[in-house]
Amino acid sequence: MTPFSYARADDVPGAIALAVATPDAKYLGGGTNLVDLMRETIERPAALVDVTGLSREITVGADGGVVIGAGVTNTALAADRTIRTHYPMLSRAILAGASAQIRNVATVGGNLLQRTRCGYFYDDAARCNKREPGAGCDAIDGFNRIHAILGASPSCVATHPSDMCVALAALDAQVRVAGPDGERTIALVDLHRLPGGSPERDTVLDPGELVVAVELPALPFAAHSTYRKVRDRASYAFALISVAAGIELENGAIKDVRIALGGVAHKPWRAFKAEAALRGQAPSEANVRAAAELELADAAGLRDNGFKIELAKRAIVATLAELSGEQA
Amino acid sequence: MQFTINDRPVEVEVDLRTSLLDLLRENLGLTGSKKGCNQGACGACTVLVEGERINSCLALAVQYQGRSITTVEGLSDAEGLHPLQRAFIEHDGFQCGYCTPGQLCSAVAMADEMARGIPSHVTGDLTAETIALDHDELRERMSGNLCRCGAYNGIVAAIAETYASAPARQEEAA
Ligand SMILES: Cc1cc2nc3c(=O)[nH]c(=O)nc-3n(C[C@H](O)[C@H](O)[C@H](O)COP(=O)(O)OP(=O)(O)OC[C@H]3O[C@@H](n4cnc5c(N)ncnc54)[C@H](O)[C@@H]3O)c2cc1C
Ligand code: SF4
Ligand code: FES
Ligand code: FES
Repeated sequence: MTPFSYARADDVPGAIALAVATPDAKYLGGGTNLVDLMRETIERPAALVDVTGLSREITVGADGGVVIGAGVTNTALAADRTIRTHYPMLSRAILAGASAQIRNVATVGGNLLQRTRCGYFYDDAARCNKREPGAGCDAIDGFNRIHAILGASPSCVATHPSDMCVALAALDAQVRVAGPDGERTIALVDLHRLPGGSPERDTVLDPGELVVAVELPALPFAAHSTYRKVRDRASYAFALISVAAGIELENGAIKDVRIALGGVAHKPWRAFKAEAALRGQAPSEANVRAAAELELADAAGLRDNGFKIELAKRAIVATLAELSGEQA
Repeated sequence: MQFTINDRPVEVEVDLRTSLLDLLRENLGLTGSKKGCNQGACGACTVLVEGERINSCLALAVQYQGRSITTVEGLSDAEGLHPLQRAFIEHDGFQCGYCTPGQLCSAVAMADEMARGIPSHVTGDLTAETIALDHDELRERMSGNLCRCGAYNGIVAAIAETYASAPARQEEAA
């Protein structure tokens, strides 16, 4: 690790002031990703601003929406009674990730901004545009089984590894951030970027911007939602493909539906095309399959990950079958 | 930096880059907690912070200043071994023993998570008030602790005997 200074922030303005005071400062959540990357010298912050003492509350609004502080731990969010009852896909997505030890420490803010698990990004000896812009990408022609099938670029084919974010994308979550120039709110689906020509930027956040909270709008039918994760072992592994979905049926037809995919792209992938195709349709296997085909129409496989295209379609079909079966 | 470690106050001067695991092992001589992977993937370094399990290899010591930390050395007391430790001996819950301190700390905290009604990936009904520690729940909840020797049958049996509300089906463990 390269040397750094450490300070605990007492409040949001204090955190921003500390971060702006030192060039190359980074906010520190639980540290489960950042400490690992610092040890590998992939991240070399000059200063750490510990923000785990800030925003640790979950508050339910009068309209049924929920505001989740960025410092809430993954365990606390997954175990929260309101989330378990009204947004089960979110509890399930979090519980499908990492291990209890890691979830106890990992924060909402850190989970949003965790970095990719591309092996070449972690390997100093490999070429990686995300780590070193312009260096090249060893994953494109290398071991790329876990890499992206949607929205990739010739610069980077990495995926965003979060499970939690996939559920947040499906739930129309909004991310509240504060920075040197004030506060703003960003839709979760717009927070993470596609790599394009600048994969070194994971998100649209500016330097010094702090995630303060995540807002979930009221979405009554999210009480009927779930998360399905397909991975190489039954527990404690990142997703090859995951699906967060919620469905509302009326008179045998899909009145409304939310679908987001994990493990497919540089960002949690909201399946807007599939959703639009399904509204008003019967939740039959043929209809869901057709919608999944539409969503994955632009998918492209690399040497090792082509299987994920069919896997994603099947996972969508299976998840919606489970949900509509329960509701019928 | 100041900590409470196994109920005793500790004051120690260390480089800011020191992980909590290295602080325990290298600076304080508490070598019970093990370094398996040093990247969060094995659970050998599991310790308790105010009773909650964490991977001490993924933590900087400085993050835990002022907190109360329990390591495997702190599980036993004047009356002898922790009941879970006795069960591990009885059920052959280890072979080389390298993962054992992490398994023990992890299981102690897991029992507390069960008591607090925290759900897991395999919990069927998320809205249920209480969750029974059956075989599947036990295995899922302990999946953050790997055992290279594959002593899982004994580990599961020992934890089940100590904490499970329903007897674990041993023949399926592994
Ligand atoms: C072995 C292992 C397995 C894992 N498996 C999974 C899995 O299956 N699924 C999954 O989803 N995740 C998995 N994870 C990743 C885990 O979820 C993340 O490490 C965790 O969510 C990061 O949260 P943190 O609070 O520890 O973040 P930190 O490590 O503290 O920070 C991560 C990043 O976020 C930034 N940051 C933190 N808080 C803020 C804030 N409030 N505002 C702005 N920036 C901030 C930091 O600067 C840093 O860049 C795994 C991790 C490990 C080690
Ligand atoms: S896929 Fe992205 S993160 Fe992986 S090596 Fe290529 S540029 Fe780096
Ligand atoms: S040594 Fe910490 S998880 Fe492996
Ligand atoms: S007993 Fe050897 S690693 Fe578990």
